[in-house]
Amino acid sequence: MSVAATEPAFVPTNANKSMLDRSFIGSAFKPFSIAVEPGRLKFFAKVIGETDPLFFDRSAAKAAGYKDVMVPPTFLWCLEMARENPLDTLDLLGIDIAKILHGEQSFRYFKSAYSGDRLTYKAHIADIYDKKKGQLEFVVRETQIINQDDVPVAELRTTVIVRND
Amino acid sequence: MPSATADFLEVGKIVTLPIDAITRTQLALYAGASGDHNPIHIDIDFARAAGMPDVFAHGMLGMAFLGRLLTSMVGPECIRSFSVRFVSIINVGDRLICSATVTRCELAEGVASVTLELSSANQAGDVKLVGAAELTIVLLAEKVDE
Repeated sequence: MSVAATEPAFVPTNANKSMLDRSFIGSAFKPFSIAVEPGRLKFFAKVIGETDPLFFDRSAAKAAGYKDVMVPPTFLWCLEMARENPLDTLDLLGIDIAKILHGEQSFRYFKSAYSGDRLTYKAHIADIYDKKKGQLEFVVRETQIINQDDVPVAELRTTVIVRND
Repeated sequence: MPSATADFLEVGKIVTLPIDAITRTQLALYAGASGDHNPIHIDIDFARAAGMPDVFAHGMLGMAFLGRLLTSMVGPECIRSFSVRFVSIINVGDRLICSATVTRCELAEGVASVTLELSSANQAGDVKLVGAAELTIVLLAEKVDE
């Protein structure tokens, strides 16, 4: 279906003390909720060069038939950074932030999100695997997002690469 | 609302969006706007200590540009899925061109189901992101999402 959806081959390797602990697969993080604020949407639109007023002007969004300013496609990921500890995955697994790269990101969307919504994020570690004999390790975090009406909004899959060099 | 002008609804059609050169200011502002405060994107001392020659762009900034391309084509409510792989680092000064190629387009009862292959490359043609998106486009003047 998508490039990022190629299934990660779980390659068991010889025990290596520097490898991430696979027993954290399935670990769930504390859910958190956040309000979608118009000011943050406006700032985000400006920084990414978005000029469509649908993403920062309430009257333009309403004129186009939407109930409020729209959340742009990748901003749902950004809102998750507002959780109590945005480094929770790294802290749990003992990963140095200087060693990570963002490997893959995917979104599945079920319902539009708008300024004024209150979104709840529930995340867990979906997978940990390695490539190149452990030189690169991959941590996959999956996040479910629902809105204030308990309606599923989106599902995120974030793959972080850890460089063990 | 009509979801699309429908001018790209044909397999093989390509839609592109050129992006202004990445600046250090933009990386600093994106850190604030996105909430991704990883110093490797905004603090050259930290980046060098981590073995990188310079700061570099957040991958999600590159994905946000591809998101702009998608929402230039359809309303955000039409996007069913959107995924990327970050192929190589986006450097300060890179001028990206985002591109979407229609690889599937099925029309039935006023609804188009479209698959796009996505990519983003710099001025030298170095590929930075590749990905895919699935769209469901209602071609009649009706709302998809209320």
